Amino acid sequence: MDLVQSSLIQAVQMILVLLLAPGLTGLVRKVKARLLGRQGPPIVQPYRDLLRLFRKSPVLAPNASWLFRIAPYLIFAFTWLATALVPTFCLGLPFGPWADLIAIIALIGSARFFLALSALDVGTSFGGIGASREVMIASLAEPAMLLVVFTLALVAGSTELSAITAYVLSPSVGLRVSMALAFAALLLIALAENSRLPIDNPATHLELTMVHEAMILEYSGRHLALLELTASLKLLLYFSLIGTIFLPWGLATPGASLASYLAGGLFYLLKLATAGVTLGIFETALAKMRLFRVPDFLGAALMLGLLATLLRFVSSSL
Amino acid sequence: MTLVVALGCSAALLLLGIASLAMRSFSGRSTLVYAGTFAVSLVSLASSLAQLLFLSGVTPTVTLPVGLPWLGAHFRMDALSSLFLAILSWGGVSTSLFALGYGRHEPEPGRILPFFPLFLTGMSWVILADDAYVFLFAWELMSVTSWALVVSHHREEANLQAGHLYLIMAVFGGFTLLLAFGLLANSAGGYAFSAMRSAAFPSWTAGIVLLLATIGAGSKAGLFPLHVWLPQAHPAAPSHVSALMSGVMTKVAVYGFVRIVFNLLRPHSWESSLLLLFLGGVTAVLGVLYALMQHDLKRLLAYHTVENIGIIFIGLGLALAFATNQIPWAAALSLTASLFHTINHSLFKSLLFLGSGAVLAATGERDMGKMGGLIHRMPGTTVAFLLGSVAISALPPLNGFASEWLTFQAILVSPNLPQWALKFLIVAVGALLALSAALAAACFVKAFGMSFLGRPRSLAAAEARETDPWSLSALFLNALLCLLAGLFPGSVVNALGPVVQELVGQTMPQQSQPFWAPMVPIAQNRSSYDAFFLFILIVLTGLAVTGLVRWIGFRPIRRSAAWDCGYPDPSPSTQYTTASFAQPIRRVYASSVFGAREVVDMPLPGEERPARITVKIHDPAWQGLYAPIIQIVSFLADRLNPMQFLTIRRYLLLGFLLLVFLLLLLSLWI
Repeated sequence: MDLVQSSLIQAVQMILVLLLAPGLTGLVRKVKARLLGRQGPPIVQPYRDLLRLFRKSPVLAPNASWLFRIAPYLIFAFTWLATALVPTFCLGLPFGPWADLIAIIALIGSARFFLALSALDVGTSFGGIGASREVMIASLAEPAMLLVVFTLALVAGSTELSAITAYVLSPSVGLRVSMALAFAALLLIALAENSRLPIDNPATHLELTMVHEAMILEYSGRHLALLELTASLKLLLYFSLIGTIFLPWGLATPGASLASYLAGGLFYLLKLATAGVTLGIFETALAKMRLFRVPDFLGAALMLGLLATLLRFVSSSL
Repeated sequence: MTLVVALGCSAALLLLGIASLAMRSFSGRSTLVYAGTFAVSLVSLASSLAQLLFLSGVTPTVTLPVGLPWLGAHFRMDALSSLFLAILSWGGVSTSLFALGYGRHEPEPGRILPFFPLFLTGMSWVILADDAYVFLFAWELMSVTSWALVVSHHREEANLQAGHLYLIMAVFGGFTLLLAFGLLANSAGGYAFSAMRSAAFPSWTAGIVLLLATIGAGSKAGLFPLHVWLPQAHPAAPSHVSALMSGVMTKVAVYGFVRIVFNLLRPHSWESSLLLLFLGGVTAVLGVLYALMQHDLKRLLAYHTVENIGIIFIGLGLALAFATNQIPWAAALSLTASLFHTINHSLFKSLLFLGSGAVLAATGERDMGKMGGLIHRMPGTTVAFLLGSVAISALPPLNGFASEWLTFQAILVSPNLPQWALKFLIVAVGALLALSAALAAACFVKAFGMSFLGRPRSLAAAEARETDPWSLSALFLNALLCLLAGLFPGSVVNALGPVVQELVGQTMPQQSQPFWAPMVPIAQNRSSYDAFFLFILIVLTGLAVTGLVRWIGFRPIRRSAAWDCGYPDPSPSTQYTTASFAQPIRRVYASSVFGAREVVDMPLPGEERPARITVKIHDPAWQGLYAPIIQIVSFLADRLNPMQFLTIRRYLLLGFLLLVFLLLLLSLWI
């Protein structure tokens, strides 16, 4: 595969995730509204909202610093880069060797670090609530995620995402208990990382229950638009991650024909739609958890991850 | 040649320390001494880097006719020594540069100036020593001078107590090292390291020496549960000395441990790695949990040193486990990760302590609950401190992540080990390492957010001034090195090659040039990481997004009161504080680990007293280990107290009985 083609694929991937992300959020919102018996806004509503926000002038608190202003760009760049590294419709992305799965998790961690800092910048109590809760949740979700990565790395003998996917696609993988446990853990982590129910409610503006929304409370205009887009992008990232690792079917291999790329794209859309609808149904069926029940929820993810890793250490066939 | 230069530098520092005593009345002596240490450390840095990078084939040795008459003083500069001397010299360079400005705030410079260069001398002799006598002498010199620096602000009661505790722990640590070297010399037949290197030790000696070295070097480095003095003593010293103690002296302790365990002592049994891994994992997590509970910025940083020492010891434990199981390539990977983290920690911890010193000089505060909003008042310090925070939180693309990533890679090859105990323990240690990394990020959101962001919580913070150019340049040099080591980890790995080769007989695969190529620890299809391109991409995407946003439609920014859900409160005390920020984490972790309890005292309606929340935290190390020891000692002291008031006859009787007892013992022995 020549350089031009691979760069083209990488560029398509980066633009594709950016274009699809708001639509995914719109889809989840639509499904939830329909299940609640409402008509709901159209799926394209998030695009309109973003465009509207981008065109509004941001309002900053008098003591907002330069960090507050550059943080949305940084957070967005970290998240977009992490998303660009996860194969969506085809394997063998040229950016792949630059960051393995551990580095992708750490890039998301960097984004979170700056988000929590920007929440503290204006010095309001809601920013403090959001940041302190977010770091508590992350302190459990991040190790759990790394344990999932350990399991995958031990199964595939590599921390590279494309190598893991290639291994899962190969016939030697079979049914594995450790992979099943890691899958369950990853689902729990994905809910927590994306501030979804039952950890956090993305639709809430009831002050004391907010986590993510409390952190971005002081943002407006284009800054808010970037952060909303980042949130959508992160949801898409986790869906892509689950799709690529555990349901890798339909992915085009490097150097394949145009038709197989298109098929890969269609498969990807199908996976995203399925995941979005499932998330909508799931969120409708659940109530939000009390904050101090969250450690139990994420502790379960941590234990599942630990169990999966231990199984891999005990036997190479589990 | 390089060794002679390095020894000359240490002698020059010694003279400088003594000379500063003679210059008591000279007003510019502070500048003179720090400029002197800066220049000498720079020469020392150059000689050690030359030895490490270009002359690693030859190992210079020097024997001086001082010390024990039949032994002389042996000095040697192999790759390991040159690496740590480079770390030490850089610490000397950056802290002296900082002190050129910061030292002016010092009320009593006479209590610091003589000891600061001597402290550097002591540490460099530890690193260059090639026999047990010089090593222990230098070790004690390092302890005593650093103690003098800890108690330099002696009018504060807390500092004196910290100094007292430090002295006890230092004596105890030195004593265990003395025993360790005694055992080594007994089996090797000499105090020279060359004799020990060529000797093979019986397994019980190896086990006991390793235990003693872990206690002796571990207490200086801050390994749990021997860390208790560290968070009291390091913050008590002036900030540039804190930086030197946390950033460099703990590394000298790591050096002592590596020298004994990986160079002098062999063979090892695999069981000893269990101890290191266990202690490392526990230290890493407890260190950061302690740090999260702190309100004092310098104490928080000191607890983070404990955490990072844990991470370094995890790497050393992995290296020992692989080395004893004859998997040298994995041992090389683990040791490289560990040494890389040692370098990184020395860089970012010096940076952060110096930054805290700049804040302390500007506001007079160490309590983060009285800071806030410094980003507006001290922009330069803020940028440097932010870079240090990102680095220590193990976030890409800075250096802390590169070394932790390598440690994770080493953990992931551990299914190759044959022992079940190691396999299980390493999984647990991997989980603990992941936990400590996530908690460290939480802790630095707190440290940076509370100190530099938000609204000022005190008048001093509201009127803080940016620090002087000397201090700023020291901060930015360290930050620059953090960035470079993070962006080009492959070059650091290559530079560590000779050291690792010397200690475990193999190196990591040579990282390919050019220096921006991905770092590949094992094989290309297994794992690789390229911080440089990630950094470029982050910058490019950031710029692209900025351009895109302008293209969509760019409206100027408006300033207006904060929104805060419609209820903005003008009082800065409504902001989150350090205690409230850590409250969720305290409830999740510390209620079990530290037995943290919150007592809420809520007045009834109509009562006029304020509501209060009191948090009680118990220190498991102090209450489980030290408090009982103190009780026993004071019990014995009380019982022995009457012995002070005996008559001369009784004292003579006691002396006689002791003599009889000793003679009896001697006759039984022979």
